[in-house]
Amino acid sequence: MSSQLLELYVFVLAAFTGYMVITRVPPLLHTPLMAATNAIAGISLVGSLIAAGAAQNRVATILGFVAVVAATSNIVGGFIIVDRMLKMFKRDTGPAKQPPAKQPPSGA
Amino acid sequence: MRDLFIQASYLAASVMFILGLRMLTRPDKARRGMQLAGVGMLFAIVGTLLNHTIVDFRWIIAGLILGVIIGYPMGTRVPMTAMPQRIALSLTLSALAATLVGVAEYYTRMAAGTPPDRVTMTALGFEIMLGCITVAGTIVAAGKLQEWLPSRPLTYKGQNLLNGLVFLGIIALLITVIADPTQQWAFYSMIGVALLFGTMLVLPIGGADMPVVVALLNSYSGLASCATGFAIGNVILIISGSLDGSSGFILSVLMSKAMNRSFTNVLFGAFGSEPKAVGAKSSAGMSVRSIGVEDAAIQLAYAQLVIIIPGYGMAVAQAQHAVRELAELIEKRGGEVKFAVHPVAGRMPGHMNVLLAEANVPYDKLYDMDEINGEFDRADVALVIGANDVVNPAARSDKASPIYGMPILNADHAKSVIVLKRGMSAGFAGIENELFYDRKTSMLFGDAKASLTGLIGEIKNV
Repeated sequence: MSSQLLELYVFVLAAFTGYMVITRVPPLLHTPLMAATNAIAGISLVGSLIAAGAAQNRVATILGFVAVVAATSNIVGGFIIVDRMLKMFKRDTGPAKQPPAKQPPSGA
Repeated sequence: MRDLFIQASYLAASVMFILGLRMLTRPDKARRGMQLAGVGMLFAIVGTLLNHTIVDFRWIIAGLILGVIIGYPMGTRVPMTAMPQRIALSLTLSALAATLVGVAEYYTRMAAGTPPDRVTMTALGFEIMLGCITVAGTIVAAGKLQEWLPSRPLTYKGQNLLNGLVFLGIIALLITVIADPTQQWAFYSMIGVALLFGTMLVLPIGGADMPVVVALLNSYSGLASCATGFAIGNVILIISGSLDGSSGFILSVLMSKAMNRSFTNVLFGAFGSEPKAVGAKSSAGMSVRSIGVEDAAIQLAYAQLVIIIPGYGMAVAQAQHAVRELAELIEKRGGEVKFAVHPVAGRMPGHMNVLLAEANVPYDKLYDMDEINGEFDRADVALVIGANDVVNPAARSDKASPIYGMPILNADHAKSVIVLKRGMSAGFAGIENELFYDRKTSMLFGDAKASLTGLIGEIKNV
């Protein structure tokens, strides 16, 4: 039970950290943000690898295998696409200008 | 020792994920940040492969290879215009992985004769429920965005009642299986019912509401990963899942706020299903002023400040490159061009920004609603390209209008307005737009791309 309680602590603190960090992402980058968190969500690969490799029974291995394929393609495709997207965001190449001060979304 | 290494790799990965997202707050650092997060992902994978419960690597290697083969073209080939459906599809994949891991875990425990305890079962139950809703919901969303399915809302009588009943069914099955984890029938039928519910939930939602729905499903898929973490006792899944979940949650709140609608209204309102223009002023007796390319070009050529308002119509017409060319031309003649991006313009959060960035519009010319709204009074021309509801003044003044209270771009404050539009059909919400009948508004009818190309040619001749 105590380890599960500890997991609950981790969950709450991580959600809190996520909230603090993500509210500061400017609307300009909201699509890359979605793509990025989706790529990071490919972390379910970790669980998939264990299911696919633990050799417990045929069903778990096959489900794990499919999960590995899904999660891996999500990670690979996701990180490539985020990089492609972020590469496109360029500053004005003209005379150096201060970028507009981006306000974090208020009241969120 | 080995365990310590695994935990250290997970900790490193978590820190890199958070730092990566933190760097996403600045466009000039964002790319490095995400590369850092990619390295973190590699750490987490290598750490996991050292796990002593993994004894057979054949299926893992096959899965990794196949995943790379599928994932690589999904990353390199998908055009930016297809990004909304691509994002929906990647949600499908991550939710699918989480769900399958949950099913495998449950099956293994049942087959071994050691049913999960209630706490673990709660985590597994939520994982399956959220995972299945997300898988089905995102597939429908992707289908609508790709226009394999009709993007208009599909509604029928008693829909909300039926959806509510199906949802109650899921909850009943969830409670049954938590109360007694050996009730396998409840567990497996929950999968089916949750898939059905995910489908029914998204079918009635129209194209313009997709930003909210995709963001909401994003948060479900994050929570499903979280629940996986609880179920198999893995901390990095909990951390990444909650990062994903909070990002989805924040975005969906921001999106619904930008439409002045509540969550429940988006999910159950089926906005735009009755194109009767409820209570809104009718267009009868008002006339629009149509303008030719030549006159519009002259207005733009001599403007000091032009604010361009892109909408979904620009994406449909694939006109973003022509828009950039027009903007450069106006700037070359000494005018100033700014882009005003409404938070819900397009089909996903930030859609317009990505399209314009792809067309090489520098990001310091792209402004949020709050940044730009004060500047419309100074603008000589507000150029509306394929946007409608986000510039409808009825949102400000007409209490009877369904979009009343939605924050809009103050295009009507500009000295003159030019609207590029295909025809006089109403916007997605089926509401008449007074702006089009305003005396200072001129309508330039036709395909946005063709009109823009015409404008570019004319301005060169001015």
